[in-house]
Amino acid sequence: MAFEIPKTAYSGKIKEITLGKGEKAVTVGGESSYPFYLFEGEMPHLPRIAMEVYDAPPEEWAEAALEPFADVVSDPVAWANKCIKDYGAEMICLQLASTDPNGLDRGADEAAEVVKRVSEAIDVPLIVLGTANHDKDTEVFRKVAEVCHGKNLILGPVEEGDYKQIGAAAIGYQHTVVAASPIDINLGKQLNILLGNLGVSDDMLVMDPTVSGIGYGIEYAYSVMERMRMAALTQQDDKLQFPIICNIARETWKAKEAKISEAEDPKMGDAKKRGILLEAMSATVLLLAGADVLIMRHPEAIKLVREMIAELTAS
Amino acid sequence: MPLTGIEIFKLLPKTNCTDCGVPTCLAFAMNLASGKAELTDCPHVTEESKTRLEEASAPPILPVTIGTGPEAPKVGGETVMFRHEKRFENQPAVAMLISDTMDEAEVKARLDKCHLFRYERVGLILKPELIAVRADSGDAQKFAALVSKVKGSGLRLILMSDNPDMLAAGLKECAEKKPLLYAATDDNLSRVASLATENSCPVVAKATGPAALAELTEKLSAAGVKNIVLDPGSRTVRQTLEDQVIIRSAALNKKFRPLGYPTITFPCEMTDDPMKEAVIAAMLVVKYAGIIVLSDFRGESLFPLLVERMNIFTDPQRPLATTEGIYEINNPDENSPVLVTSNFSLTYFIISGEIETSKVPSWLLIKDTEGLSVMTAWAAGKFSADVIAPFVKKSGIGDKINHQKLIIPGYLASESGSLEEELPGWEILVGPREGAHIPAFLKTWKS
Repeated sequence: MAFEIPKTAYSGKIKEITLGKGEKAVTVGGESSYPFYLFEGEMPHLPRIAMEVYDAPPEEWAEAALEPFADVVSDPVAWANKCIKDYGAEMICLQLASTDPNGLDRGADEAAEVVKRVSEAIDVPLIVLGTANHDKDTEVFRKVAEVCHGKNLILGPVEEGDYKQIGAAAIGYQHTVVAASPIDINLGKQLNILLGNLGVSDDMLVMDPTVSGIGYGIEYAYSVMERMRMAALTQQDDKLQFPIICNIARETWKAKEAKISEAEDPKMGDAKKRGILLEAMSATVLLLAGADVLIMRHPEAIKLVREMIAELTAS
Repeated sequence: MPLTGIEIFKLLPKTNCTDCGVPTCLAFAMNLASGKAELTDCPHVTEESKTRLEEASAPPILPVTIGTGPEAPKVGGETVMFRHEKRFENQPAVAMLISDTMDEAEVKARLDKCHLFRYERVGLILKPELIAVRADSGDAQKFAALVSKVKGSGLRLILMSDNPDMLAAGLKECAEKKPLLYAATDDNLSRVASLATENSCPVVAKATGPAALAELTEKLSAAGVKNIVLDPGSRTVRQTLEDQVIIRSAALNKKFRPLGYPTITFPCEMTDDPMKEAVIAAMLVVKYAGIIVLSDFRGESLFPLLVERMNIFTDPQRPLATTEGIYEINNPDENSPVLVTSNFSLTYFIISGEIETSKVPSWLLIKDTEGLSVMTAWAAGKFSADVIAPFVKKSGIGDKINHQKLIIPGYLASESGSLEEELPGWEILVGPREGAHIPAFLKTWKS
């Protein structure tokens, strides 16, 4: 039997979206094959990693995750700068955890002020994520969008329950939206259509399929993302041809498996390395399913994933 | 392509003799088509039909069992490129490398680990399956001695050497264990093939690239070797991914028999950094490896890898479920809160994790909802008041507490009235909708 290399028949392409403004703006997307199938198509823009910054000192973080940022946790600007200067972050993701109505419940004005300060202090693209509370996020993002007018922030999660309000603010003040849907290809597509109808242009949207880490349902995220890419690339479904963003660090580090000490359970091995690997391995699985932007936390996990991206695309 | 029931029926005797246990040949054909019967159940089928049926029903990727006994892992047998299309069938077997140049203390430490690394999760035991014993010393006696030491480890074996003399020496110690022989190449083909056939061992075919590999497996097959595992020789990340995808795709999409076998991969030979090795292994779990050989077992990387493997190889149609019952979290006592939720394993992991985070001692009642999540189970009538109430009564939780308060998931708020009716004397508290809000909720608990 003669061997011939089988090829997937692709008919579509992921849209190229530019995040941020100016020299350090980042373009993602543009793939014409399944992730890293470079023998079948192209990946003109490599997946990027955004480093997390929190707007208030994190509580109950694993020691290993806190350690690199211990000196900057109470200053989001210093934290962001540290990520860029010390760890070469190409993007920052500011998590507005303090606005959570079930937590500190900080007001919109205060949150917007923090976003403004961070956005003015850095030149890399800035992703700003709320708490997925529709009323609160609407309030916060209206203000954030306004005070950062024209900076092309990436705002999310924009969900079915608040897409009109946040979408309108993003359109009005020229920001990109993160269209977030609960691990479902049809709901994801529907939200993209709704946002399009609202007037969000195709080059101002990235998708968040809602991901989880190893041990907490990563297989659902993995398969939903694979199906999205299959529809986008082989079934010409242009409403799914958007880059995918994965908010993964938070999911892996909150699991108890990232915190148990080796003394408590010797067969779990070194706690710090385990936490880093849970993040890096989960991120790698999502990369292979189609992630274009990974939101990550630990510098060593980020280094591992960067090396993986480089080796997957090495010539 | 598998034959349909009608196509199979045409090849059967059509006598409706019932010797196979079903009333008609057509019914038997339908059972064969759906995998509910074996062809051997029919004593009258002709040799010619048998051959044709076997050819047509052979899986596109051969399942290969490594070693003997009930715990011997089966690899290969895959039928899809994407798990959502059906499911991934057989988890990649995970191996630890052990070399005959390692000193005795190192060997002992590694063998001890084989027993340490077992993890329980949702009632399943997660553990590695294989040890790859590699002849690096060039001394056949030394290699044989190591094989003999390792064969009692409880894990199945891979014997590694390019030299057939070494493989023969190792095999002498453990032939009855049917180890996987690594590897047959163009240079040693006939001798390794005869070792494999004489001892009924599976064998790895190693060549550079899928095309050369296909030629080699055809030769092995011609030499009578049936159970083959593939090593396309790639040791860079990019080439490894490419080879794994092309081999799987050739077997499934082109029905290309010479590559219709499981693969073996070597993260241990792709980097010297154990952390990086783990990340490469994570890629190989989702991208088609049949066997993953690691340089060592380390808890911090083995645990995430085995959990990832379990996640990816679950049946997308059948969610994993946790056992029904009472779960004690943070050492609860008679004043501790009682929460009830569904037995979808993700629900269980998230809720129990959040309760642990809260540090509030609690009782968690898990109701068997056939693996459905709270909302899905409720919609299907498997998690409504008339189901929850008898479960709470029967569970025995009443004997463990001196209050009568039950916290239900926020999404079940509409059931709270009926629950108070069905559970007289109980106060029903509606908990948060999101697991993440449980710690804040529990901190306000007063019995």
